Amino acid sequence: MSLLEVRNLHVRFDTADGEVHAVRNLSFELDRGETLGVVGESGSGKSQTVLSLIGLLADNGRASGSAMFDGQDLFNLSPGALRSIRGRRISMIFQDPMTSLNPYLTVAEQMVQVVREHDRMTRRAARDRCLEMLEAVKIPDAAERLDCYPHELSGGMRQRVMIAASLLLDPQILVADEPTTALDVTVQAQILELMKDLNRRLGTAIILITHDLGVIAGLCERVIVMHDGELKEQGNVRDVFYRPRHSYTKALLKAVPRLDAEQVERLAPAADSSLLSVDGLKVHFPVRTGGWLGEKRPLRAVDGVNLDLRSGETLGIVGESGCGKSTLARAILRLVPTTAGNVCLLGQSMGDLDKRALREMRRDAQVIFQDPLASLNPRMTVGNIVSEPLRTHFPELGADEVRTRVADVLRRVGLSGRELNRYPHEFSGGQCQRIGIARALVLKPKVIICDEPVSALDVSIQAQIVNLLMDLQAEFGLALIFIAHDLAVVRHISHRIMVMYLGRIMEVASRKALYETPHHPYTRALISAVPIPDPDKERDRDRELLPGDLPSPVDPPSGCRFRTRCRFAQDRCRTEAPQLRQLTDSLVACHRAGEAVLV
Amino acid sequence: MIASAQAVQGQEEVAGRSLWVDAWRTLRKNRAATVSGIVIGIMAVLVVVGPWFSPYSYDFTDWSNLSIGPSLETGHLFGTDTLGRDLFVRTLYGGRISLMVGLSATLVSLLIGISYGAVAGYFGGRLDNLMMRIVDILYAMPFMFFVILLMVFFGRNLFLIFVALGAIIWLDMARIVRGQTLSLKHREFVEAARAQGVGTFAVIRRHIVPNLLGVVAVYVTLTIPQVILMESFLSFLGLGVQEPMTSWGALVKDGSDEMQSSPWLLLFPAVFLAMTLFCFNFLGDGMRDALDPKDR
Amino acid sequence: MLRYATRRFLGALPTLFILIALAFFLIRVAPGGPFDSEKALLPEVEANLRAAYNLDEPLHQQFARYVWGLAQADFGPSFQYRDYTVTELIMTGFPVSLRLGGMAITLALLVGVTAGSLAALRQNTRTDYAVMSASMTGISIPNFVMAPLLILIFAVYLGWLPAGGLGDGSPRNMVLPVIALALPQIAYISRLTRGSMIEVLRSNFIRTARAQGLPMHKIVLRHALKPALLPVVSYLGPATAAVITGSVVIEQIFGVPGLGRFFVQGALNRDYTLVMGVVVFYGVLIIAFNLLVDLAYAWLDPKVKYS
Ligand code: SF4
Repeated sequence: MSLLEVRNLHVRFDTADGEVHAVRNLSFELDRGETLGVVGESGSGKSQTVLSLIGLLADNGRASGSAMFDGQDLFNLSPGALRSIRGRRISMIFQDPMTSLNPYLTVAEQMVQVVREHDRMTRRAARDRCLEMLEAVKIPDAAERLDCYPHELSGGMRQRVMIAASLLLDPQILVADEPTTALDVTVQAQILELMKDLNRRLGTAIILITHDLGVIAGLCERVIVMHDGELKEQGNVRDVFYRPRHSYTKALLKAVPRLDAEQVERLAPAADSSLLSVDGLKVHFPVRTGGWLGEKRPLRAVDGVNLDLRSGETLGIVGESGCGKSTLARAILRLVPTTAGNVCLLGQSMGDLDKRALREMRRDAQVIFQDPLASLNPRMTVGNIVSEPLRTHFPELGADEVRTRVADVLRRVGLSGRELNRYPHEFSGGQCQRIGIARALVLKPKVIICDEPVSALDVSIQAQIVNLLMDLQAEFGLALIFIAHDLAVVRHISHRIMVMYLGRIMEVASRKALYETPHHPYTRALISAVPIPDPDKERDRDRELLPGDLPSPVDPPSGCRFRTRCRFAQDRCRTEAPQLRQLTDSLVACHRAGEAVLV
Repeated sequence: MIASAQAVQGQEEVAGRSLWVDAWRTLRKNRAATVSGIVIGIMAVLVVVGPWFSPYSYDFTDWSNLSIGPSLETGHLFGTDTLGRDLFVRTLYGGRISLMVGLSATLVSLLIGISYGAVAGYFGGRLDNLMMRIVDILYAMPFMFFVILLMVFFGRNLFLIFVALGAIIWLDMARIVRGQTLSLKHREFVEAARAQGVGTFAVIRRHIVPNLLGVVAVYVTLTIPQVILMESFLSFLGLGVQEPMTSWGALVKDGSDEMQSSPWLLLFPAVFLAMTLFCFNFLGDGMRDALDPKDR
Repeated sequence: MLRYATRRFLGALPTLFILIALAFFLIRVAPGGPFDSEKALLPEVEANLRAAYNLDEPLHQQFARYVWGLAQADFGPSFQYRDYTVTELIMTGFPVSLRLGGMAITLALLVGVTAGSLAALRQNTRTDYAVMSASMTGISIPNFVMAPLLILIFAVYLGWLPAGGLGDGSPRNMVLPVIALALPQIAYISRLTRGSMIEVLRSNFIRTARAQGLPMHKIVLRHALKPALLPVVSYLGPATAAVITGSVVIEQIFGVPGLGRFFVQGALNRDYTLVMGVVVFYGVLIIAFNLLVDLAYAWLDPKVKYS
């Protein structure tokens, strides 16, 4: 008999706009010790499904159907009985470890009370149990961490604490709702490895909810695919990935950018002179450490970056949070003041320009931001938003001319051109991003800098936007700088790729060279951390797991920035910062790149 | 190009819903706020127009009716005070003063607060530090005491009252506007506008100010009752307007002196004052729900 | 923590100085003088008096003298109560005001926090609506309106409680003044508590605690109460200021012999030193209290503690 058997589950919400049917007629089961993946895009009802099982739906939500857990129907239990199951037999971890722990209590305080709520034991014994669990999730110096507040821990560490707290009472089911979405790729790899290990060692069944097919492929035995509140397909992970039956699953699998896809070299157009070049760019922000009388120290967001870009080319920039990629984008556009270095657009140094000339230059370099809705002024109509650049640079244009051009560009990015009088909040995320692209495009710029343009969007929408950008590039000969943390997306669109870590360039190479023969230890770790949506490949890979978290950019390591997490580090790496040097097809900043150990 | 222009004109354009329209709808659904708004409207009309229709003026002494209770026969709807003056007219006159002081002091605070806050927030850095430090220091002052001193020493003067009150109350406005500007400045749509080469002034006018207006509107609604309260506090201490002119605070003071013999003298102005404050607070609350971007 | 406290204390000094200077010059610049009321004073006598009080010195010298005195807790002599120093006068009035204000704040905290939390836990029920309407009423009725109404009802009509004064010193005398002073604060604090409690209850870490199977009352007490109280703690600064200002009228209405009457009378009589004394005294009190509130906040919020 299965451990959990859900039959005909419906979840409904009463909202001001009427009833929302979030989950429809869902049935599935879970065996002891099994790992079940629930995959779907936002709004598919995947989170509401599990929240309903443990009685944590929002106040306006109702669940119906049955959920047999160990001979009891979870929907028929008294609140008290359900509560004794929660935490003790079914426990849950959430997406954002930052906010899911109470910031006002120490780790020990929050964990001990869970133990003592369900088991009679002394505070001492409970504390020992917590310590044991923290060690089981491989937290270094666990005894000291017990008395820390959450804000003193890094993101990955917090998620480990969450996992430890949820496993305290040896539950039969661990529900993980997007447990790694808020984490960096290298940290995500650590957490996934940990969950796999715990499942094997403790025999805890895991329900993993995620939008990331790669994560499922690596961890789960069975998969449920959900869309619009309905189950589209369920089955063994290999069946679903290799022989998908439902058209939605097929479409989803096709839309995911894959790191292991066919390597067709994207040829950059014939190299004429460079369009944009950046030389020794540094951006330091003064930050105060401790109160308003505290000491001021520079946060070295970007610390000596060179790059050049030819017209029609796409340069991808990847790196984890805090590597300075977004600051670099803003510094190139002169949206933040630079500390040192120079940016040249079309042979003109932007540093020398006066205000008026800088304005002129802005016509040629545009930007697209990450959050589609936030990048559109909520109090302006779409027509006004898209026409603002035109009206700024060509005030002489007549109203009809402006309207025509705006409607044309809206149609070009896949909208109807009739949206002129509507406001941003009336559109979906994907549509908003198209409006943002239209605004960037309306001046016919030479370069567009895209700062994480798709990371806030669902997979299928991501693919549309990326393809749109590639089409536009072909049509207008645009040069793109495409910044993202998702290596697979970057690989899909770029000709050349630059890897950044703590404000410095680690490696630059053509996309083929970068993915086939990565030279820098960080690049290699990064590539190996990205999950591949292919169960067999994903399980056979040998991973280079990086230890620890990113150091603070206020206090970066001396010498090579990467040395604290590099397993090849030597004495020389501490004292001497490696310079970029040519190695076969790549530029690499590592003392040991090219040595035999690294290949 | 011509063909597509015609195509655009031929197509029907969908009318959009701006955030203001949305907010207006939310506000209208809030019954307490709607009723409050209407009551405030009626009150405003009443205090402006009402006295014209009354047979008595605010300083006329009806010798035959000293200290009488409310009655229809004598025409003194709210009764008269110890000097035989009609309380109905006096209450409406008091309302004129109170509302006027409330509005004008709020206006003063609005002008100072918005410019101060927007400048500090938008330019930031050392200027912001300095400007906010000044606000912090002023915050710690026992201002009501200073206002009282001002009134005592420089005489009771309506103009002085609202300048003094406006000068205190702008602090809150400046803080709020600054905070909002600061967060708007880093929003991506502002960066996008700057990246397109839109000039500083245009960025402030088109992107910052329209997004500030919601918060400011809410805050204005909540500032008016605060000012009315302060003015009536001063009047109660005998430091507000001068006899025979009056305001709600002064009427409450007079009423409380006579409350044992003629309780209506306390009750009518007290109810008018409390009701006005009540309605402004409710309306402000409703507007906050409708306009505050945090709740979206 | 100690470093933080010292830093905040040093930060308050300029504020204090500005307060003193502002009060001093505002009063001196104003027309009229302390001896105006005693008409027909011979010029020589007045000159002597002025000299006795050092009023003939240049202004900056007087200011320096005054600040120097203050540094030694000496507020100077009163002009009006010739036999007393201002310090003595303040010390007679302050204990009474302190008792009144302290009781009002305590009452406001107890009732406000309880009512606000209740309303938040029973959001959108009748309890919630009742608490919220009561608090809206409390905010909208100024305490100088509330006070006479309370007297009218409880002292005049019902005769349950005395209409004020210290009378025989029995605590019954304090009931009405304390309530009148506390009511608006109760209203503010309950609204504040309700708002922050609702927000905290919606946060992710509360969801975690529920997923861990903790019962609701423990979640509220252990997880939610502390963060929900932080805004209330920071409101305590402004609340004290409001209670102090409010006590000026409340003392007048109920005839409580506190500090408030010195202030009003002093101002009317141009008793420079007395008015200065009260303003500075209250100012220091407010600044000190704000400092305490900041420290309490830092102590409660682990994120501030180490900065
Ligand atoms: S320079 Fe040294 S520490 Fe840095 S990546 Fe290379 S081997 Fe590792």
